[in-house]
Amino acid sequence: MTENITKKIKSIKFSMLSPNSVKRMSVAKIVTPELYDREGYPVDGGLMDIRMGVIDPGLKCKTCNQRLKECPGHFGYMDLARPVLHIKYLDTILRYLRSTCLECGKILVEEEKIKKHLKNVRDAEQERRYKVKKNLINAFANSIKLVKKCPHCKAKQKKITIEKPSTILEDGKRLTPIQIKARLEKIADMDIISLGNNPESAKPEWMVLDILAVPPVTIRPSITLQSGERSEDDLTHKLSDIVRINQRLFENINAGAPEIIIEDLWDLLQYHVTTFFDNAVAQVPVARHRSGQPLKTLHERIKTKEGRFRHNLAGKRVNFSARTVISADPRIRFNEVGVPKVIAMELTIPEKVTEWNIEWLKGLIKQGPKNYPGANYVIRPDSRKKSITDETQEALLEELQPGYVVERHIVDGDISIFNRQPSLHRMSIMCHKIIILPGKSFRLNPAVCTPYGADFDGDEMNLHIPQTEEARSEAEILMSVENHIISPKNGLNIIGSMEDAISGLYLLTKNMKFSKKDATELLFSAGIVNDEMKDFKNEVSGKEIFSIVIPNDFTFIGTSKNGDDVEIKKGQLIEGVIDKALVGEDNGQLIREIYAKYDEQTGIEFLAKIFKLGIETLLKSGFTIGISDSDVPEKVNKKNKDLIEKAKLKADNLITDYEKGKLEILPGNSMEETLELKITEILNKVRNDISEQVNNSVDENNPTIIMANSGAKGNLLNVAMMSSCVGQQAIKGKRVKGNYSGRALSLFKKGDPSPEAHGFIEKGYKQGLNPYEYFFGAMTGRDALMDVALRTPKSGYLYRRLSNALQDIRVEYDSTVRDAEKSIIQFKYGEDGIDIAKSDGGKINVKKIIKQIKKK
Amino acid sequence: MSDIYVKFEDKLPGRVLEEMKVEAKANKLTDAEITKALNEAVKEYGESLISPGESIGIITAESFGEAGTQMTLDVFHMAGVAEIQVTRGLPRLIELFDARKIPSTPSMEVYLKPEHTKTEKTIRKIASYLKEMKLNEISKEFTLNIMSESIEVELDEKKMRDFGFKKDEIYETLKKNLKNATIKDSKKGFTLKPDTEEINLSILYKLKENAKDALLRGIPKIKQVLPTKKDGKYVILCAGSNLKKVLKMDQVEEKLTISNNLFEIATTLGIEAARQAIINESVAVIENQGLDIDIRHVMFLADLMTQTGVVRGITRGGISGEKESVLARASFETPLNHLIIASLTGGKDNLKSVIENVMVNQPIPLGTGLPELVSSIGDKKEKETEK
Repeated sequence: MTENITKKIKSIKFSMLSPNSVKRMSVAKIVTPELYDREGYPVDGGLMDIRMGVIDPGLKCKTCNQRLKECPGHFGYMDLARPVLHIKYLDTILRYLRSTCLECGKILVEEEKIKKHLKNVRDAEQERRYKVKKNLINAFANSIKLVKKCPHCKAKQKKITIEKPSTILEDGKRLTPIQIKARLEKIADMDIISLGNNPESAKPEWMVLDILAVPPVTIRPSITLQSGERSEDDLTHKLSDIVRINQRLFENINAGAPEIIIEDLWDLLQYHVTTFFDNAVAQVPVARHRSGQPLKTLHERIKTKEGRFRHNLAGKRVNFSARTVISADPRIRFNEVGVPKVIAMELTIPEKVTEWNIEWLKGLIKQGPKNYPGANYVIRPDSRKKSITDETQEALLEELQPGYVVERHIVDGDISIFNRQPSLHRMSIMCHKIIILPGKSFRLNPAVCTPYGADFDGDEMNLHIPQTEEARSEAEILMSVENHIISPKNGLNIIGSMEDAISGLYLLTKNMKFSKKDATELLFSAGIVNDEMKDFKNEVSGKEIFSIVIPNDFTFIGTSKNGDDVEIKKGQLIEGVIDKALVGEDNGQLIREIYAKYDEQTGIEFLAKIFKLGIETLLKSGFTIGISDSDVPEKVNKKNKDLIEKAKLKADNLITDYEKGKLEILPGNSMEETLELKITEILNKVRNDISEQVNNSVDENNPTIIMANSGAKGNLLNVAMMSSCVGQQAIKGKRVKGNYSGRALSLFKKGDPSPEAHGFIEKGYKQGLNPYEYFFGAMTGRDALMDVALRTPKSGYLYRRLSNALQDIRVEYDSTVRDAEKSIIQFKYGEDGIDIAKSDGGKINVKKIIKQIKKK
Repeated sequence: MSDIYVKFEDKLPGRVLEEMKVEAKANKLTDAEITKALNEAVKEYGESLISPGESIGIITAESFGEAGTQMTLDVFHMAGVAEIQVTRGLPRLIELFDARKIPSTPSMEVYLKPEHTKTEKTIRKIASYLKEMKLNEISKEFTLNIMSESIEVELDEKKMRDFGFKKDEIYETLKKNLKNATIKDSKKGFTLKPDTEEINLSILYKLKENAKDALLRGIPKIKQVLPTKKDGKYVILCAGSNLKKVLKMDQVEEKLTISNNLFEIATTLGIEAARQAIINESVAVIENQGLDIDIRHVMFLADLMTQTGVVRGITRGGISGEKESVLARASFETPLNHLIIASLTGGKDNLKSVIENVMVNQPIPLGTGLPELVSSIGDKKEKETEK
């Protein structure tokens, strides 16, 4: 299967189709509006003429003698009885008419001025200042508008106006397309250039059509409905309208019909040609189906997200891909993905037959497509594809020899690319190794949820199988999970321990003690076997167990979440507790250190080991919370109540001050605003005070507190919210406002500024909320939902604009940052040339280096 | 001691050297240790250098795009208890990258020269001079008198006293600022009469509106002033922005005073200042939202936006619309317009950037698609036949 690229597209040129080139590329002249004859065979000279390509599986193209799938389609043409204006070039036609003399066709400017203008334009072009060029030309064209007399032939000029959609008037008298065409033909090439256009690619007279290119049948295939009826494409409908009117116009002209009838038909022809190009032109009635649904003509096919550009050219469909629901499996590695067998039997990898693997591949062919592992297709050296079935199996086994290619099922260890939408950053698509598992969902390690933004509430993900050796090696080297632990956004690790793993490690390294047997068992169940384990004494501390995983020559000093020092000396955890600040996502100093010091493989293995160790610790020791775990001592409860009462009293005092008008106004605010601000401040403070109270009083071994302290889940504020006080509910940063004539809910007094009337929830979740408190809570919840719904499209558009503007910018070999036109944006990326994904938080860590030097 | 650093000047970025100097002093390193540390830094620097072909544009776009989904839509934000409202969050970021001519909440931070910050009173006075005062704000009523074909302005004595205005002062400034009208003193205030020969209702009405907006004092567009203290320095926060006029005031410290209007900065202080403004404003939004995006991404974007010497937005009218490639432009927005323009001007797409090559199924010139190690055999043959 040697696929050599023999030709490469170097450039694409754009130009208008001239009448001559339309004729030249055409294979058929369309003369009749009929599509099929009585037998259902395409009519010669009709719109489905088989010289323009075939859409019936049985027929052969008369032009290229190929069948449905091979024939690319060929253009036809149509002679228009009277010329019509091309709606998309209407502005340009107007510009030409306005800037040239009606007598001699020259531009209404003196020779010298044109020359000077041309020089300016050329200079701008050379300096690649396209905007300047555009402005120059626009200014030039606008300056001509006012000229009343031709400087060349001294003819008096008339005013050209346009009556939308496509009637051009001269001093109020209509110019027919024939007259316009005659005018445009007079314009010299030099004058076309001075208006910024290229006479070779777009002659002005081409903008008035008297010959219409008919697109190939293949781009407007008809659909056969279940009833056997044929439903034609929108474009075919439109084209048959044009042919019909054109035919009538011809007949009327030949019959010498009165001018008024001819003009009516001519306008109708103009309308149909206009809507053929664009069915959404302002002031042109939209052409519709009989059902009233607007026709989709050429412009509609190209524009928008569903148009040709964004749907078919910038994005393409692929084969060798799969999609299903994801679920979690903490037992597989980070860089593995569990693939269901049913999927594995559909997705294949082309394996080239050599004398070394022929026996293996023969075995796979014997298995066939219905057994796993097997093979689905054999490709012969002449690139003929043969599917493996019970009938062909024997013959294929017989003829198989080196040079053949077998498309075999994917097996454990094959390379795949795994992706979840929205693909917001490069970690949304990474390379995983395949593990075939029973079941029907993709399995992934919960630690790689963060980069994908995945959870398991029904999320689906996509899997792709690279088909060539180059693609596989690129995927493995550049896209593998271990290469994407550090985010290029900020140089922090995006993958780390989370939730239970952190709780487990926290408990383990805090003060756990094990017997030698238990310690060994724990490590073993986490899949860690190590020589160091021999040196265990009878009593083993959690810190020692953790140290087993750390490489022996590793030295590290860091700070834990609550600011304590954590020291690792020569692979031994000497001091401190492991928590989120050391091994968590985003701020895992320890992970980044290991990652920087050793290779990626060591880094990810370390991460995987501690992850498992944490979970196993919890499994062994047990970890659970109950309703009583959010209890607070009675004393504290009373204190909290006092705090709330005090705050309410303070707020009341402020309100009385306000009512008396004695409140001291904060600068830049009105009296009411001041009151709002002050009350909000007091109420926000109260919850923080309570959370502090709760923190001081509770037992450190309380599971809720362990989770909050280790950073596994939640924080102390959440604990306070459960046990004591939910606190002030804010909408858009302010207290809940009274939108029902001065009150938030009808059970409050109008204009009541008290805390409880504006969303202060003084109870904790555990004690239960009042109906109105519950309602306030629901309000903030809805507000948050709304915010997300409104934000997503906005940020999505921002992202699309950014990625479109920046996509072609890269670092060059000379370390400059340049765009596709090779103009320099930065001389050195970020002024120091550091790759954020390779750095530690975007910096060279000088302090760390000095610390290391000092240590030695 | 400084010779050690000199040797490393072209091997390490200045920022690292500076940090090293400070840290070395703090840790009391010996010269040998410093050299060792510097060599270590050079090694680490070399390891973290960016690879050629890295598609840095996309990485930056992703960094902002992904973070954008986490930002709040909170439009207004008031830091502290009493400050002027400023747009923050995603709307502000969009506004910055769009390079809008006028931000939705223009604002300024006006710093004063030390000699003017001695007492709070002087600061307040200067602040009050900054604020734009219009005739409307100290008047009770504007009456259109059709009989005498004039406008009668009734002044509000109390407000005049509050803001420290005197009638003859107002008269003088009005004379200067209100054109096309004769101003006469009247009992309650002034009588204004249009200068035009023909006087009709619409001219009178226009004059009335003009008179309301007549500037009496302060700087146009400065709507609100708030003197506060920031980092130990007195600042006058202003809603509304007019950098050019404010910088001309004697009392103002030109080096510190700043606006949040990119275009104003670009025209008054130059493109480099605008670049810095983009960086500062973006960083302010990112930090305010509690996000972490490396400064390099922001710098890169600012560099791109100001590359041509004018501030260009990341819109179809800005950077995206000025690309050379027809297909790249067409794939973004309004595809047909680009195709039509290309057909008129004989546009040619050289397939140099990414999206065009995706369209024609060819390798993209980024990363591993960049090296061109295979020489083209076709050219060689052509040369031979030429000979």
